[in-house]
Amino acid sequence: MVSALDRKLRRDLAHMRGQVMTIALVVACGIASFVASLSTYESLRLSQSDYYAEGRFADAFVTVERAPRALAARLAEVGGVATVETRLIRDVTLDLPGVGMPVIARLVSYDGGDRPGLNRLHLRRGRLIDPDRPDEVVVSEAFAAAQRLGPGDGVPAIINGRRDVLRIVGVALSPEFIFAVRGGEPLPDDRRFGVLWMNRHGLEAAFNMEGAFNDALFTLSPDASRPAVYAEIDRLLEPYGGRGAYGRDQQMSHRFLSDELREQEIMATTIPPVFLAVAAVLVNIVLGRIVATQREQIATLKAIGYDNAPIVVHYLKMAIVIVGIGSAVGIVLGIALGRMMTGSYTQFFRLPLLAYRVPLWVPLLAVAVSLAAAAAGAAAAVRRVAALAPAEAMRPPAPRVHRRAPIERVWPIRMLPVRLLMTLRLLLDRPLRTATTIGAVALSIPIIVLGLFWNDALDYMIETQFFAAERADVVVAFSDPTNDRVRYELSRLPGVYDVETMRAVSVRLRAGHRSYRTAILGTEDGARLRRLLDAAGRVVAPPPDGMMLTDRLAERLGIAVGDVVLVEVLEGSRRTREIAVTGLVDDMIGLSAYMNIGALNRFLGEGAVASAAALAVDRDGEAAMLARLREMPRVATVTVRREAVETFLATIATIVLVFSAILCAFAAAIAIGVVYNNARIALAERSWDLATLRVLGFTRREVSAILLGGLVVELALAVPLGWWLSFQVVDALLRVLHTEMFEIPPVISMRTCVAAAAITVLAAAVSALIVRRRIDRLDLVSVLKARE
Amino acid sequence: MEFGAAMSPAHESVFVARGLSKTYRMGEVDVLALRSVDLEIFAGEFIVLLGPSGSGKSTLLNILGGLDSPTSGVARWRDHDLASADEGELTRYRREHVGFVFQYYNLIPSLTVRENVLLVTEMAADPMAPEDALTLVGLAHRLDHFPAQLSGGEQQRVAVARAIAKRPDVLLCDEPTGALDYQTGKLVLEVIATVNQQLGTTVVVITHNAAIAGMADRVMRLANGAIASIKVNARRCTPSELQW
Repeated sequence: MVSALDRKLRRDLAHMRGQVMTIALVVACGIASFVASLSTYESLRLSQSDYYAEGRFADAFVTVERAPRALAARLAEVGGVATVETRLIRDVTLDLPGVGMPVIARLVSYDGGDRPGLNRLHLRRGRLIDPDRPDEVVVSEAFAAAQRLGPGDGVPAIINGRRDVLRIVGVALSPEFIFAVRGGEPLPDDRRFGVLWMNRHGLEAAFNMEGAFNDALFTLSPDASRPAVYAEIDRLLEPYGGRGAYGRDQQMSHRFLSDELREQEIMATTIPPVFLAVAAVLVNIVLGRIVATQREQIATLKAIGYDNAPIVVHYLKMAIVIVGIGSAVGIVLGIALGRMMTGSYTQFFRLPLLAYRVPLWVPLLAVAVSLAAAAAGAAAAVRRVAALAPAEAMRPPAPRVHRRAPIERVWPIRMLPVRLLMTLRLLLDRPLRTATTIGAVALSIPIIVLGLFWNDALDYMIETQFFAAERADVVVAFSDPTNDRVRYELSRLPGVYDVETMRAVSVRLRAGHRSYRTAILGTEDGARLRRLLDAAGRVVAPPPDGMMLTDRLAERLGIAVGDVVLVEVLEGSRRTREIAVTGLVDDMIGLSAYMNIGALNRFLGEGAVASAAALAVDRDGEAAMLARLREMPRVATVTVRREAVETFLATIATIVLVFSAILCAFAAAIAIGVVYNNARIALAERSWDLATLRVLGFTRREVSAILLGGLVVELALAVPLGWWLSFQVVDALLRVLHTEMFEIPPVISMRTCVAAAAITVLAAAVSALIVRRRIDRLDLVSVLKARE
Repeated sequence: MEFGAAMSPAHESVFVARGLSKTYRMGEVDVLALRSVDLEIFAGEFIVLLGPSGSGKSTLLNILGGLDSPTSGVARWRDHDLASADEGELTRYRREHVGFVFQYYNLIPSLTVRENVLLVTEMAADPMAPEDALTLVGLAHRLDHFPAQLSGGEQQRVAVARAIAKRPDVLLCDEPTGALDYQTGKLVLEVIATVNQQLGTTVVVITHNAAIAGMADRVMRLANGAIASIKVNARRCTPSELQW
């Protein structure tokens, strides 16, 4: 038997379905974004750790020039080292048919087979290499996908000056190359850089490295002191050209992945909980107001003998039904979105175990928070009414004694027509409510901006990094330091109209107990193609003696301008010297050190040599120039910036798009939820006055303007507030998000601001139109009768 | 029926109803609120519509005021056809020609006395100054008070001032003293009488207080949706003479 109160509940809910739906929508969005982003983050995090465990990802890494394999046994004896594995790694140029751009492959020796070691391959297609077939290779999946390669295909490669065709037998993933980034490159580019695992003997023979290795992997015992282990490894490898051992924290792929995960974590743990809180606060307020409009009904229930308890329960049920609808929709939506986001990350991360998981506490917490907020709002409103004697509560609330706000004495306001004055007083009458509405509508703007501004920031980043600082069209890296005269040879290539040579050298920088492995880049005096910019965007140049650092690197080393850094060169001469830091460079990507190329060469004790060159090239001549470059024996790699950037942006775009769409939808839901419910409640409270005005001869339009005029004012205040909030939120978010590798600039374009305001205003306008229809249907005759 | 027997020929007829009927659908049943009413009201007349609840007097007033349309019949205000007018035309009719006084005053609580009057004069073609309208009802000294600061009688006088400030052709009063005590009620009726006499505004008052009938030129009694009788007062009483 359904109780009378439950029947009332059912009919009330049916009657207020517009309000029920809009509130449920806000709840749904809050829960959906919470569930989607936290489950995505959890899925990524667990996939990473599962995959690292499954693939036995190494703990430490080292590169050497050439060391005898027998040294492995001594490395294994180093205290704290659990396992050692030596490898041979070489970068070669591939000669892919029909591909105009230069493509680099990293050949990595792989034993696999019966003795699975570290950094194991996860085979996706085909098979592993046959130990007896030196020409077989397994290709990294991202590269295979970008270049449409698969088992059975032959890959022509220039190996030690000879053109060999490698046979692809499998496609695989490796925990070491989740992000395949070449040293010195800021971003992964799967079309131009891939990994090929091949038989060790074949690789040794091809590069005259029989019985030697140039790369080693370690796992460490859990209690190992890393600095001590690295120092001992470095000591053993120093005679063989060791470049310094390092841990996962400086391994490129891991660093990219952990930066990405950290971003995900921050996004998941900051934005969605805020959304959920916003949704909860809104539901609390709106539900409270709805209950307050049922004042007479509550009084009547009390008058006919109901206790407070069943009345409170009645309205709690209302909250539960509304939040229940919102929760169901929110959880389903959140899981769908989470799956979609996790799916779009598979493309990006290429983690083999990327399974979608929803930790149970996530939806439970989200629902509990929404429910508690709604129930509190409803219960507080009921208690306020229940505190009154029924007879008193049955009368409409006593008319408020109005006062003129001081602002009305200001001249332009004093001169307003009375109708506008009514609108103004409607707002000033309940300043707290007006402020809440403005605040809530304003909140939808930063939410949209959060979805859209990434494009602005990335545009700005690309603009400054690639068009103001790194202005070369093509960067050529040589296999060994080369006489600077190479510049004349390069400048004669077709299409090349400017050449600058550069010298990059691997170093370890030490300041006190902190150290960092990076490269010092030597640039020319008055460089035009590789410029350095300071924080104010001014072009700066490294002095004849002294060094400049990326600001984030200085921060990491804990030093300031004027301090001295100990530089240990990790190749060739292996000199060590203290160099003063004379300035900071505002690189948005990567952590680097810069010197004048002449000063760097003197420090290294080498003559006028270059390890790379930056070229400015006409697009018309580019193809011919790239063809010629491929024939130059000293050229190890060629990078075409434009394409690298485009590839990267295309990948990011899909992720950003999903994210923006979710946020825009959520913001629109908030705007609709707030505006619609606010206008409905204002209408309920003012319908008597508004109907009176209609009787007095005001048109529907004029009456709507009085009620909705307040909304216009609220929107007009909410939009600039929302913009201001956007800048604060974006700035704060990026402060937390800033990683070592990237610094995303807090740039929000005009277009984004306008779009955010437009979406909010549109959502508000739709709500206003729905309420306008109700104003049109006001019952005029009723106002001539007794007040309800 | 003799229409306007007491009226001089100079008085033109401003409101004409012929065969006016109104049927409401109340759930499953049709309620006949007006049954073929014929009626004529002349310029400057003071009419009192008397009748118990459900007699049709409110329906008649609503049609007269452009708040409702008849189901059938003719209803004309001068050259305005009220029976076939659409929502917009009725709004314009109310705005330009009709002043309303309600039983519960219906002042806008967030506007002061003066602003409540301004509300109407701002959209009228040839209004009085709000101060003049409020002087007429004896409230010139309370211009800046909000409704909540006034007594019921004062609020109703503000409502009258608001209704007459735009110089309407007709003042429609729905139980204007219904919520007031005896003395205050008389004060409000005096104001209405003054408006009728000094400004020449046609006044229609609906009430179930038969004592008020003495003020009228003509008294129409309604019963069961029809005019049961029309009484012409040879002499109009002043409100102070009324007793109830």
